[in-house]
Amino acid sequence: MTVAESVPIVQLGSSLLVSLQGDLDDNAVLRLEAEITGAVARTRATGVVIEVGGLSVVDSFIARIIARIAGMIRLLGAEAVVVGIQPAVAITLIELGVGMQHVHTALNAAEGMALLQRPRD
Amino acid sequence: MPVGAQTTLTVTPTACKIATEASLLAVRASLRAAATELGFGIVGQTKLITAASELARNVLRYAGRGVMTIERVQHGGRVGLRARFEDEGPGIADLELAMQDGYSTYNSMGVGLSGARRLVDDFRIESELGAGTVVEITMWAR
Repeated sequence: MTVAESVPIVQLGSSLLVSLQGDLDDNAVLRLEAEITGAVARTRATGVVIEVGGLSVVDSFIARIIARIAGMIRLLGAEAVVVGIQPAVAITLIELGVGMQHVHTALNAAEGMALLQRPRD
Repeated sequence: MPVGAQTTLTVTPTACKIATEASLLAVRASLRAAATELGFGIVGQTKLITAASELARNVLRYAGRGVMTIERVQHGGRVGLRARFEDEGPGIADLELAMQDGYSTYNSMGVGLSGARRLVDDFRIESELGAGTVVEITMWAR
């Protein structure tokens, strides 16, 4: 697997869809933060779906970065939903002790989009 | 660290240097290749690679450099993989404390050692202050 050179970010209406793929090293993961938060500010997106189905391994560092990115998106006034976590990754993260309880999740991108379009409480 | 009496190694160990952030990719890739070859299920494989990723990251953080060695192991009718992480870093003063959940001297979530131990079938650690640390994890494919 190769390291993604840049993150594919797609605008869908007022939301952004970001796909994390490949085997990310720490520098690639940190670069994501700048690219995603920059895109949210630039496009004035109200929501971001972070698709992680392409990540076959998520260790505690990468999980923490994903949670950080979701927190940053929220600080910019948008909602973040992490979608597509592979079943084996979910099992591993819970046993590892990384529950990502503060992150909104959905099964797939379509459900994540639907979650973002729900009226806010 | 002693290899279990009834456990045999079936192939020459593969070594993987841990020296930079990019080493983590090599660690994960070589374990994935070995696990796929042995017929690991997706959950077992993911757990093993994730545990190795945590341990390799520990080596980088605390020792700066080290080596991971992968061995294929056999016991009874089972085959599995053993990954050994060796460094010549500062060592761990209190192993019992370091193995506790939530313990970390570094700015991380502190799931490293205790988290990695929960993911694998067997976990061994030896450390000597000023000399280094050796961690060995084993996962059975079937």
